[in-house]
Amino acid sequence: MKASIIVFPGSNCDRDIAVSIKKLTDLEPIMVWHKEISIPDSDLIVIPGGFTFGDYLRCGSIAANSPIMNDVIKKATDGLPTLGICNGFQILTESGLLPGTLIKNDCLSFLCKTVSIRVENNETNFSKKYKQNEIINIPIAHNEGNFFANEDTLKKIKDSNQIVFKYCNQNGEVNNETNPNGSIENIAGITNEQGNVLGMMPHPERATCKITKLSDGENLFKSISEFLL
Amino acid sequence: MKLNVKIMPKNGVLDPQGKAVENSLSQLGFKNFSEIRQGKIIEIDIDADKDRAINIVDEMCKKLLVNLIIEDYEIIFDREK
Repeated sequence: MKASIIVFPGSNCDRDIAVSIKKLTDLEPIMVWHKEISIPDSDLIVIPGGFTFGDYLRCGSIAANSPIMNDVIKKATDGLPTLGICNGFQILTESGLLPGTLIKNDCLSFLCKTVSIRVENNETNFSKKYKQNEIINIPIAHNEGNFFANEDTLKKIKDSNQIVFKYCNQNGEVNNETNPNGSIENIAGITNEQGNVLGMMPHPERATCKITKLSDGENLFKSISEFLL
Repeated sequence: MKLNVKIMPKNGVLDPQGKAVENSLSQLGFKNFSEIRQGKIIEIDIDADKDRAINIVDEMCKKLLVNLIIEDYEIIFDREK
């Protein structure tokens, strides 16, 4: 089984994702350059974080139109599990695979810290190994992580149970004080309606190794592995 | 044919950059202004007659230049080449 990690100019943590996948799943990670026109036979697609194309125009907008994205969109629409982290989340919204969009943090500054997020839905293929409402600690590192969707879209997202993670504090409280970036309803991660595409601003791949003293990202990769077996 | 695309945050969408500029102008002592919003202008030089040029640029806006969830746009005719 293979996982294709799409690499754009300005991607980062792509190698951390490969290390996490190797360590925590039965998948063999393959790096796929954005100029390729098709994805090798894979069981998972991952779009890593970073600052693709210098965040020009809008974050993720240029990458969303890279040659490889036609095949990403086709395969994700056909149901292939697809994970977008941070800038990868932005690329997935810009490509139309996920609803809503991500705008500048309301605090106007780049945020780089570990935050608590609450698992709102542990029935997805990405979150099965977590407990419902479990509070996990995962790093964020972004300038545009403020999730926005209009009222109709937000209603659809909620009605279809697409919210997977929300920003909270250590006690699991979700409110304005525990919202680092202004995201609507503290949203930190959502799936598409079918549930096979997840976008999240926090970096689970930065929480899978002893050196970082964080391990709460491990269950995300283990969830994917368990689902694919 | 020169066309400009004026892109602005939609009404009701948080515009933190506009807000920051507004705060800074207040600190500089400027008064009696409000509602500062920051957008962008993209200049496009296009080899087509006016109607066709506007159609092409409109397609560019929808496919890449504008995110219709958060932005409105206006195509402004600048000048013949």
